[in-house]
Amino acid sequence: MAHAVEKHPVTGIPANPEKATLEGKNKYVAFWFFLGGETVLFASLFGTYVGLLNSGAPEELRSYNIFEMGLVFLMTMLLLTSSLTSVLAMMNMKANNPGRMKFWLVITLLLGAGFLGAEIYEFIHYYHIGHTFTSSAFGSAFYTLVGFHGAHVTFGLLWITTLLIRNWNRPIDVYNAPKFYVSSLYWHFIDVVWVFIFSIVYLLGMVS
Amino acid sequence: MAQTTALQQPRKYNGIMDWVTTVDHKKIGILYLFSGIFFLLLGGIEALLIRWQLVRPMNDFVSGETFNQLITMHGTTMIFLAAMPMLFGFMNAVVPLQIGARDVAFPFINSLGFWLFFFGGVMLNLSWFFGAAPNAGWTAYAPLSTQPEASGVDFYALGLQISGFGSLMAGINFLVTILNMRAPGMKLMRMPLFTWTTFVASALIVFAFPPLTVGLFMLMFERLFGAVYFDPAMGGNVIIWEHLFWIFGHPEVYILILPAFGIFSEIIPTFARKRLFGYTTMVFATMLIGFLGFMVWVHHMFTVGLGPVANSIFAVATMAIAVPTGVKIFNWLFTLWGGQIKFNVAMLYSVAFIPSFLVGGMTGVMLSVAPADYQYHDSYFVVAHFHYVIVGGVVYGLFAGLYYWFPLMFGKALSEKLGYWQFWLFFIGFHLTFFPQHFLGLFGMPRRVFTYLPNQGFETMNLLSTIGAFFMGVSTIVLLVAVVKAFLSKQRVKPDHWEDGRTLEWTLPVPTPEYNFAQTPLVKGLDTFWLEKMAGNKRVSVAEPVADIHMPNNSIIPFFMSLGLFIAGLGAIFQMDNAVVGWSLIVVGLLITFVSMFLRSWIDDHGFYIPKSKIEADLKAIREKGDQ
Amino acid sequence: MKSFKKLLFGIVPMMMFALLLSGCGVEGLSALKPMGEGAEIQLRIIIISLVLMLFVLVIVSIIYVYVLMKFRRKDDSIPKQVEGSSTLEMIWTVVPIILLIILAVPTITTTVELAKAKEAKKEEEINVTANLYWWEFEYPNAGVVTGQELVIPVGKRVGINLTSKDVIHSFWVPALSGKTDTNPGLDNEMWLHANEPGTFFGKCAELCGPSHALMDFKVIALEQEDYDQWLEDMKAQQDANTENLVADNQNLTTGEAVYVESCLSCHGGGKVAPSLTNFGDREWLIGYLENNEDDLKKWIRDPQELKEGALMPGFSEGQISDEELDALVDFLYDQKID
Repeated sequence: MAHAVEKHPVTGIPANPEKATLEGKNKYVAFWFFLGGETVLFASLFGTYVGLLNSGAPEELRSYNIFEMGLVFLMTMLLLTSSLTSVLAMMNMKANNPGRMKFWLVITLLLGAGFLGAEIYEFIHYYHIGHTFTSSAFGSAFYTLVGFHGAHVTFGLLWITTLLIRNWNRPIDVYNAPKFYVSSLYWHFIDVVWVFIFSIVYLLGMVS
Repeated sequence: MAQTTALQQPRKYNGIMDWVTTVDHKKIGILYLFSGIFFLLLGGIEALLIRWQLVRPMNDFVSGETFNQLITMHGTTMIFLAAMPMLFGFMNAVVPLQIGARDVAFPFINSLGFWLFFFGGVMLNLSWFFGAAPNAGWTAYAPLSTQPEASGVDFYALGLQISGFGSLMAGINFLVTILNMRAPGMKLMRMPLFTWTTFVASALIVFAFPPLTVGLFMLMFERLFGAVYFDPAMGGNVIIWEHLFWIFGHPEVYILILPAFGIFSEIIPTFARKRLFGYTTMVFATMLIGFLGFMVWVHHMFTVGLGPVANSIFAVATMAIAVPTGVKIFNWLFTLWGGQIKFNVAMLYSVAFIPSFLVGGMTGVMLSVAPADYQYHDSYFVVAHFHYVIVGGVVYGLFAGLYYWFPLMFGKALSEKLGYWQFWLFFIGFHLTFFPQHFLGLFGMPRRVFTYLPNQGFETMNLLSTIGAFFMGVSTIVLLVAVVKAFLSKQRVKPDHWEDGRTLEWTLPVPTPEYNFAQTPLVKGLDTFWLEKMAGNKRVSVAEPVADIHMPNNSIIPFFMSLGLFIAGLGAIFQMDNAVVGWSLIVVGLLITFVSMFLRSWIDDHGFYIPKSKIEADLKAIREKGDQ
Repeated sequence: MKSFKKLLFGIVPMMMFALLLSGCGVEGLSALKPMGEGAEIQLRIIIISLVLMLFVLVIVSIIYVYVLMKFRRKDDSIPKQVEGSSTLEMIWTVVPIILLIILAVPTITTTVELAKAKEAKKEEEINVTANLYWWEFEYPNAGVVTGQELVIPVGKRVGINLTSKDVIHSFWVPALSGKTDTNPGLDNEMWLHANEPGTFFGKCAELCGPSHALMDFKVIALEQEDYDQWLEDMKAQQDANTENLVADNQNLTTGEAVYVESCLSCHGGGKVAPSLTNFGDREWLIGYLENNEDDLKKWIRDPQELKEGALMPGFSEGQISDEELDALVDFLYDQKID
């Protein structure tokens, strides 16, 4: 769009650079709809998981006997913190501080990678004790739900990394701000899903 | 620096490359429409083969296995590859014009949506050439669909998955387009009904497709990667698939029917020359239907054994949908009341829709009565019911829309004379095919049977039904002739071809320029073109001076993204037989997709500008032509 | 155009005529000719809903025909642009709601009534297990297993448990009651009731594979005393067979010997393949054919020919010679309890 965008006197970019252009606004609205769809997607996976919880698994491979709550707690902390650092990055983006934005995004990526590493370790551990994708309906449902989340984390890491590399030497403007903003929305969403996984998969699994 | 060069040189192609790379919603609409018609023909041929097998008892025209493949492919093709794409075609071709926009919100994603649908459809139909088509019904109930030898179901799971991603993208795109791209003055409650129904149907897509996505993933994991969600021996539960499928499946019915309602709500006021009766109620009825559509899926599962409480609740919830639907029927009737009704083919279909759909609605209420459904369920009564709804509603709507918008989309009109033949043949054939099936069901004939025994009371009705199907077949041939004839004819239509046009799309020159509106229109109310005409104006008011117009660049990336998923999907299927070939295809396919995504993200594409001078010249040419 | 309309108006009488020809379907099969309490209850509520809907149909049709006759375009004038009418819209919102409430009440009561399987089971209980493509019927209290023909007593609700061994099927006896799915790994229940003694046609109503259409069965209703007698005879015959037909019995006839060698392992308990305890009494072969010698032989030689996808293996001449087959068939037709 050709029309000039009102710039903030101090920061030199618009107050909300991610929504300053029509393209940015479109992306912003579209992404919320997308997340709406993703919510239904995970709701379906949660429903399946609850329906198949411990189904077909022998006693020693039931949720309450296998889950490593210490590790899961660590993963939860990593991901929650990464959500916080992602907020800090966005605040710096709006304040037109590209350096600090990049710093917090890198921290976010590191925390996310730490989470992913812990999850892979967790899966390998379960695999060795016999709780696998094909060992029972419970196994299939567990890996599908948690694995879908893990795949989302992986995609988020790749996405933010690409954005960072591409825009490393470029200023924050109304063209790349929506991209950063939307990726951070995605990251928060992943985090919220994890909170539900923590409660429904792990906590419910421990008490069932 | 990169920006300026990109802006100065629009990326354009000619011929087939133009169609492959286009991001113009009008062209994508045409792609959707013709792909949809192609699949409609395939599904129609399958239907005729089905009816031919059932023409007499114990016929052996096809085997039980082939028959099951035919019914599965008929249902899947008609719903996912014919009806939905044709509706997307009209949505693409018309909705941006109706709201005074120059394009959809995401032209690139629009193209991606089309190619995903297309490759998904191709993949599904490739199954015929790789041994076997899916054979577990379009509902693909597990564990029938998870039997290892039912290899066609692999193509079902992956083909629908890929085309489903496309539908999801189209849905989000239309939601944002309608929310953000409206011309000045086009308030929500001034939007034409087709735009409204597109909006609600798109919302349904966004919230209804994910359960199908999950279901299809599970089906794929179970068939190809050893998961056991549906295997009772491993603790699995076969009902989970049914729930996921119908949580998607019921809203899907409204995804199809609501846009058809929208089409009728455009055509009926146009040819009755009367404003839509109860516009506000119509909008809210649409939203209510969409909302209730998510609350009723269990009525497809009354016989599953979920218990009397669940059955009662869902029975009553289902009945509730009849209320907003009935409101719509009366509103259409009272739009006609006091009007100046002109009967052309588009209007004939719209008028014929009312009683046909009414019968489908009546049997719908009857089916919602859970204890009665124990008799109807999975019998020919259900087949009759949903064909009355989907053919009498959606297909009539598609045909009506085709005759109505064909001049807008192609600058040429379909022959009304051939159209009358097509309509009457179809109308007669339709009722002759499906009305007797109500009785077949009540007489005790289950659906999806490849044959039936003599002397059980099924012969006459099946014979009638088959005769009717061939009427519809002939009608479709007439339609094709009409389309070919229109393309061969040299006679071009004028803007506002029907002369009674009420909405913005009829203000545009034919053929519509790529930027649609030289100047964004200023909308003054519902049916703004009609208001302007009544005020004695030849053209609608504009909201801006002539200026440079920003346009998106064509792109081949959507094609490759979809192609990559297509290759990876084939690989996932082939890895069962040959791990090396299969996994290499998966890797290559996903690599193509991810590299395409990466390129899309990496390369800045700011589009280009059409200079003001070009637009002024266009405007001048149009005015001169119009003044002649 | 004109001729089309004539044709159109010809359709309705034509269909009525066809309906007349086929009546309301075949007795013992059609849901429109109920022969038991369940189907009667269901037909009653079908009629209630149909009448309510026809009321709507008539009203809409009157308005529809009037509008289409009256408001054809006559001149180029512009009709009055009406926005709507809240009174009218109120009417066609409220009236349908009332109609639906009228329909909802019997819907709920009937749903509850039809779900009373537990009570019925106290009286009489039968386990139905669906298989690709045959039906197993087990009488747990009497210890009897049979297949393809479900025998029930008349005049009372019989409790039925339903499940499946492989894919989902659905148990449907239209003249007696609506259908209930048989889900593998899950148990369902329903009740079945027949007014008079007789034979009723049953069908599988859920797509289950290539021979879904051929997965028919029969329900035979007997007077209570006949039913009791039948159960007793079945039990006796079953026990006698279990005792006699064993591999180490040296006194077997040729037919028995072939049966023991080739059939017993699956058909013996009636759980893997249909029990043949009363095969000689059955009117129907493999669910849908008349029970005659020729088709029986054909079936034993090549089951796929008659039922695509059936799990029964075929027996070539090398496995069962023609003479042995004759003996086997004779033996099978001797399996009677009457």
